[in-house]
Amino acid sequence: MSSITFDGVTVRYPGAESDAVENVSFECDDGELVVLLGPSGCGKSTLLRTVNRLVPLAAGRVRIDGNDVNALDAVELRRSVGYVIQAVGLFAHMTVAQNVAVVPSLRGWSRDETARRVDELLRMIGLDPAAYRDRRPSRLSGGEAQRVGVARAIAARPRALLMDEPFGAVDAIVRTALQRELVRIVAELHTTTLFVTHDMDEAFRLADRIVVMRSGRVEQVARPQELFERPATEYVRDLVHAGDDVYRRYFMRGRALLRGLAE
Amino acid sequence: MAELWAHVAQHLTLAGAALALALLAGLPLGVLAAESAGLRGGVLALAGVGRTLPSLAVLMLLLPWLGVGMAPAIVALALLAIPPIVISVDLAIRGVPAAALDAAAGMGMTPLQRFARVVVPLALPVSFSGLRTAATETIASATLATFIGAGGLGDEIVRGLQTDDAALLFAAAAVVAALALGADLALGAAGRIVAPRT
Amino acid sequence: MSYLASHPLRVATLLGGHVEIVAVALAVALLIAVPLGLFAARRPRLSPWLLGTLGAIYTIPSLALLAVLVRAFGLGFAPIFVALVVYAQFMLARNVVAGIAGVDPAQVDAARGLGMSPLQVLLRVEFPQALPVMIGGVRIAAIAMIAIATLGGYVGGVGLGVLIFNGLTLHQPQMIVAGSVTASALAVAVDALLRLVERRFATA
Repeated sequence: MSSITFDGVTVRYPGAESDAVENVSFECDDGELVVLLGPSGCGKSTLLRTVNRLVPLAAGRVRIDGNDVNALDAVELRRSVGYVIQAVGLFAHMTVAQNVAVVPSLRGWSRDETARRVDELLRMIGLDPAAYRDRRPSRLSGGEAQRVGVARAIAARPRALLMDEPFGAVDAIVRTALQRELVRIVAELHTTTLFVTHDMDEAFRLADRIVVMRSGRVEQVARPQELFERPATEYVRDLVHAGDDVYRRYFMRGRALLRGLAE
Repeated sequence: MAELWAHVAQHLTLAGAALALALLAGLPLGVLAAESAGLRGGVLALAGVGRTLPSLAVLMLLLPWLGVGMAPAIVALALLAIPPIVISVDLAIRGVPAAALDAAAGMGMTPLQRFARVVVPLALPVSFSGLRTAATETIASATLATFIGAGGLGDEIVRGLQTDDAALLFAAAAVVAALALGADLALGAAGRIVAPRT
Repeated sequence: MSYLASHPLRVATLLGGHVEIVAVALAVALLIAVPLGLFAARRPRLSPWLLGTLGAIYTIPSLALLAVLVRAFGLGFAPIFVALVVYAQFMLARNVVAGIAGVDPAQVDAARGLGMSPLQVLLRVEFPQALPVMIGGVRIAAIAMIAIATLGGYVGGVGLGVLIFNGLTLHQPQMIVAGSVTASALAVAVDALLRLVERRFATA
C-alpha cells in the first residue's frame, strides 16, 4: 500500500554534541517488513520516530508514497501510521475494546463499524472478543497486552506500521509466538512495516530486509541471506556470526516457507 | 440546638466557599507546574512553604489588612487549601505513564485530545486525594475562624469552654469531628466513583 | 514587625517555650509511635486498622480535641501537650510502617540467608533503610505540632500563640502579626532543617 523513503535523514537532539542519526538513505518498499537492527543508542528508534514526526529532522527528507511527511499535517499523519512501542502504552482507564478503538474513533468511524472492526482484530490477534473486549489492561498478561497494542496500531488500516522493540519485554516463548503472528498479519494485510530491534534472531526471523545501524549511521542494507554471504563491513560480519548462526539460517528457511503458505 | 445547626451551616459555607476558591486557583496552578518545567520549581517551592505555615498564623496575618469576619476567613482558608491541591495535581499529571503519552501522540491525538482523553482520566485519582486532604484540613481549620469573628462551629466550642458547658462543648466537638470525617469518607467514596477503573 | 523590634526578649522567650513544648512532645510521641509502628509493620492484617484509627483521630480538628482535653486536665500545659502527642501518632506511625514496608524484600531475604537473627535484620537492614521515610514523618509531625502549639496561647499561656491571643484581647495587631510571623518562620525553618537531615540519611 505504501513505500517509505529516507533521503539523507539527519537528526540532532538539542544540546547534543553529535548527530543521533547521520545522513541515512534507504527505501522501504510497499508491503515490505524492514528491520532496523543495532545496539541501544545507535539511533534506530530515533530514525523510526522521524516517520511519524515524533522526532524533527535536522536535514534530509522522509517520504511516504512520495509525499514529504513534513508537508503533511502531523496529527493526520500519525492517525494514518500505526505505532507500537515496547512499553505498549495501553490506556489503563480504557477497556481492551476502547483501546483498540482509539484511532477509529479519532477518525470518526461509526459505532457499528468500530465495534465490528474491534472484534475482527481481536480474533486476528488470537484473543476471544467475548472474553477480552471489556477487560482492563491491568488484567492482561504481558503477551496479551502487546497483542492488543498491535491490534490498536492496525485498527484503522494504517498505510504503514512502526514497531519499536515491541516484543522486548515478553518472555522467549511468548515472543516467538508473537513474531510468528506478526509475520502472518503483515503478510495478510500487506502493510509496509518498519521494525526496530537489537535482537539479531528476531531480525532474522522477521525481516524481508535488514538495516544494520551503528552510531547513527547505516552499515548495510540487505536481505538476511545477503548479510551472511556478503557482509559489507567488519562490523556486520562480526554481528551476523556472533552466537548461533545455524539457528538463524534455519529461521530464514522457516520464514520463507511461512510466506509461501500465506500467499 | 437550633443555634448549633445554624453554626453547622455557617461552618460548611466557610469551608465550601474556601474550597471552591482554592480549586479555582489550585487546578490551573497544578497543571502549570506539571506542564512547564521552568515554572515547576517556583510553584512547588511556594506550595511547600504554604503547606508548612500554621493555619492560625495565616488567618491572623490577613487581619491587619482584611479585618475580621467571613470574607477574610474564606480568603485565608482558601490560601491554606491551595497547596495540597497544587501538589497533588502536579504529582498526578507527572505520574501519567510516559508510554501512554508516547502512544497517544504516535496515534495522532492533538495535544488537547491527549490532555482530555489520557492525562485527565489517568490523573484523576491522585488529584482527588489532594482535594480530600484539602477538604478535611479546611473543615478543621475553619474552627479557628471563630477567632477572627467569622462564626462557624468554633463559636460553639469557645462558648462551651468559656461557660464551662460540657454538653455543648462535646456536642460541638463531635459535630466538627463528624463533618471532617464525613467529608473524608464522602470524598474517598466519590473518588472511587469518579476515578476510572483500571 | 515593630512589636518584634520593641520586645525582642518577650518574643524570644515565647519562641523558646514553643520550641520546648514541641520538642518534648515530639520525643514522647516518638517513644510511643516507633514501637507501635514496628508492631504494626509486622502485622499486615492489623496495621490498616491501627492506622485507620489513628487517622480518624488525626481528622478531629485540634480546637475540638483541645477543648475536650481542657475539660479533662484543666487549663495549662497538660492539654496542649497531650494534644500534640496524640496528633503526632498518626504521622509518625504511618511513616514507620511505610518505611519498613518499602524495604526491598530481596535484601531482607538475603539478610536472613546470611544468618541474621530477626532482631539483626531489623536493626541492620530494615531500620537504616526505613530511616529517611521515618524522618520524613518526623518532619511532617513537627510542622503540624508547631501549628497546633499556637493554640497553647489560648488554653495554656504557652508559646507564640500567647502573642496572638493577647493581641486579640488587647486589640494590638502588632502583637498578633509578631506571633504569627514568628510561628510561621519557625515552621519554615524546622521544615528546611529536617529536609536537610532527611537528604543526609537518604544518600548515606
